[in-house]
Amino acid sequence: MAVDAGTTAVTSLAAACDDVREATDADAVDAVQPGFVVRPGSTEETTGVLRVAAERGLAVVARGAGTKLTWGTPPERVGLMLDLTRMAAVLDHAAGDLVAVAQAGCPIAHLQQTLAASGQRLAIDETLPGSTLGGGIATNSSGPRRMLNGTFRDLMIGTTVVRADGVIAKSGGRVVKNVAGYDLGKLMTGSFGTLGVVTDAVFRLHPLPAASGVLSADIRDSGILAAMVRAIVHSDVVPTAVEVDWSAAGGRIAVLLEGTEAGVAGRTAAARELLARAGPAEVDVDVLEQLPRWWGRYPDGVLLKLSCALSGVERVLREAAALGVAVRGSAGVGVLYGGIPVDADVTGAVTALRATCTASGGSLVVLDAPAAVKSTVDVWGPVSALELMRAVKRQFDPHRLLAPGRFVGGI
Amino acid sequence: MTSTHGTTKTAGPEVGPTPPEQTAATGQNGDGPQIQAVRRRVRDLLPAEVVVTDHARLRTYECDGLANYRVTPALVVLADSVDQVATVIRICAEERVPFVARGSGTGLSGGALPRADGVLIVMSRMRAIREVAPEDQRAVVEPGVVNLDVTKAAAPHGYYYAPDPSSQQICSIGGNLAENSGGAHCLKYGFTANHVTGAEFVAPDGSVVQLGGRAPDAPGYDLLGTVIGSEGTLGIATAVTVRLTRKPEDVVTVLAGFESTDDAGAATSAIIGAGVVPAAIEMMDALAIEAAEAAVHCSYPDGAGAVLVVELDGPTDEVRQEFDEVERHCREHGAFAFRVAKDDVERALIWRGRKSAFAAVGRISPDYIVQDGVIPRTALPKVLRAIAELSSSSGVRVANVFHAGDGNLHPLVLFDDSRAGQGEAAEEVSGKILDLCIEAGGSITGEHGVGVDKSAYMPRMFTDDDLDTMQMVRCAFDPDNIANPGKIFPTPRLCGEVPGRHRGEHPLAKSGVAEIF
Repeated sequence: MAVDAGTTAVTSLAAACDDVREATDADAVDAVQPGFVVRPGSTEETTGVLRVAAERGLAVVARGAGTKLTWGTPPERVGLMLDLTRMAAVLDHAAGDLVAVAQAGCPIAHLQQTLAASGQRLAIDETLPGSTLGGGIATNSSGPRRMLNGTFRDLMIGTTVVRADGVIAKSGGRVVKNVAGYDLGKLMTGSFGTLGVVTDAVFRLHPLPAASGVLSADIRDSGILAAMVRAIVHSDVVPTAVEVDWSAAGGRIAVLLEGTEAGVAGRTAAARELLARAGPAEVDVDVLEQLPRWWGRYPDGVLLKLSCALSGVERVLREAAALGVAVRGSAGVGVLYGGIPVDADVTGAVTALRATCTASGGSLVVLDAPAAVKSTVDVWGPVSALELMRAVKRQFDPHRLLAPGRFVGGI
Repeated sequence: MTSTHGTTKTAGPEVGPTPPEQTAATGQNGDGPQIQAVRRRVRDLLPAEVVVTDHARLRTYECDGLANYRVTPALVVLADSVDQVATVIRICAEERVPFVARGSGTGLSGGALPRADGVLIVMSRMRAIREVAPEDQRAVVEPGVVNLDVTKAAAPHGYYYAPDPSSQQICSIGGNLAENSGGAHCLKYGFTANHVTGAEFVAPDGSVVQLGGRAPDAPGYDLLGTVIGSEGTLGIATAVTVRLTRKPEDVVTVLAGFESTDDAGAATSAIIGAGVVPAAIEMMDALAIEAAEAAVHCSYPDGAGAVLVVELDGPTDEVRQEFDEVERHCREHGAFAFRVAKDDVERALIWRGRKSAFAAVGRISPDYIVQDGVIPRTALPKVLRAIAELSSSSGVRVANVFHAGDGNLHPLVLFDDSRAGQGEAAEEVSGKILDLCIEAGGSITGEHGVGVDKSAYMPRMFTDDDLDTMQMVRCAFDPDNIANPGKIFPTPRLCGEVPGRHRGEHPLAKSGVAEIF
């Protein structure tokens, strides 16, 4: 399709949405410079913008707060940066139904603030400061509390999506229990913006716990760390999260318990006993007043997402440490985040750790790295059912206009 | 005594007196050249004992749990292995013959209704529990494994499989996956989609792929999450990796009797509003209680206009706190009886009344329709009153049994089919109840699925664009529309040209059933 770039594109975009500007260097995604930045204020405006993009063959990358814009492989081209930050509202909070509806550009923290006024929350952690719901959905990013409550995939019960051709499609609804039709929300979750633009979503909420308890222990030996993880995971204390922070120098475990005042007191004592018994006598198990500083924060460096079966956690921690990779994350579910120093042998570490994760029923993805590093490693690794995924992409975005090249297998 | 489930009048493959064998949703010609070719090729490649062609035996598969739709399949394959499933599907794909998967056949929306022109692939012989791995909190099971057997296999390790549809003693994991089954305890623990992490899966072209895995968050699109609940329209799972959940330290089951459903509903809202998430909150109204008493003598409180069954589970320290809240809110909202199960026997008795309710209404009515709709919990009093008005204005009795915690209603619409006009009146009331659910912002199905029974209702809940978009997924998986066609979607979407494959006009377009988008 011939694109008459410049004024005519701007004119048609401006007709769809009056908040259009030419892009600057600051809008580049992995050094790929967009032509324009458009900030639609509604689902309808998003439709208009995507129609223009489709007519003109402009590739579209959606952006919220931009905290994860360099995740995934670099896009092949970006004609249009679709900035969703004007769509930042909490549209509805039905407290009695434990349901909320919010726009994609809504910062997670803002939603939480709104919900907290009624003693509720979306049981999903803000993994990077300022990040939005849309970015969380696109990457299915998750933090420590996933252990008890699941991820976006589990808590999103309805979605509004604008397709590459501008058509608006809804799926799910406002009730938690609902099996009418396909669950397009699951398909969108973690799709890195390659199938459609989620403009708003409905979430299942949880009550804010009345009390919480935090336990932590510093440990030198990965075997002891793993034994402590097992002691909690296979117990009756129902932890909200079991996190580890590990490197060649040793590390620590932290356990979060949430519930009623009296319940948490008893469970914290029980969990402390379990941790103490899992390790040698000289390891102290501390009750912390608040979550430790490293809690839920990604390690520095080239950022990896490592997943494995629970029984593989110990081996992944050990091998990561041996390769100089610092690891943090949800050992209680088998989802960890690794950080490789940028000047280290990234390819070697990725290859070795990927083999370990794969052997344990999991995978390794290079989430975030400088574009130069990403060009030298296999970012996504082997993906099963790739042909079906390509077929889905062909249906939703036959002209490859949505974040082309950013996802698995070059999708 | 006959039991009628479903809403034959207002939904289904075709409204009116046409037998399902002769409608577009279920296929017309059971002996065309294509199915003959499939029969021949399947016989050549598969052992004789897994292939059923005898008409009398074929007829035993003519319906699932929704018995008012009946279609005799052209061929039945009792699959023993993934290879057999893949072989049959590949042959179906090459001959463009539809296939339908069936597990235990307990579904209540006709999702496993066979095609007269197609193959029914019965999965119940694939019932091996391949692995129980408590150290990974996983089990790998074949699709024919009965839901409760997963829990039994995990129990010695202190684990269980959380989704517990009321048919859990017979329903299969494969069927659960197809329907995204819930159960009474999904209020706290979620549905099948939250408890399956991987599946070996045969796509509608016969290829075998792995979706998800043992670890969470497999890279790529969440095809597994998309397949779960797709009612067999995207392919067939041949092995399922499920998440096992730690058995709770304590379980407390409470039975509370109220004067009215309004009071019981208010108590439910107060409990949830207090920040308690019980494992289950179930409600039954007076008519449902009467039926349950007649059937199983569950000793529910005399004179109750409604009962609540509330179950709390978790660490003992938490359950104790939550129990105090539940008791306080029940009593504040007029509970005149409040009974706590002292042991597993008493717990089972409380649950027996609830779990027998569907069958029990057979004691007070010769025929009935089980409806399955969802409303936001806060709309409960309003919708229950509207159902009561509907019942009194139409003269059709409605017994209400439901998962109050998540607003999933199961109204039982009672009638006597031997009396002229009663069946039609019941179906009309049943359909109007779904309209009430949609108006309240809810859903036409919370757990029974759309199947053939409710496809006609889909356009009331979704726009054409919504349905068209869902069918883009269908087109990606199944461009020839051979995987359980005629289910979920009222109008099939034709998928356009498939690269490298050109054929004559699609039969559905030719017959005017489908449009090309």
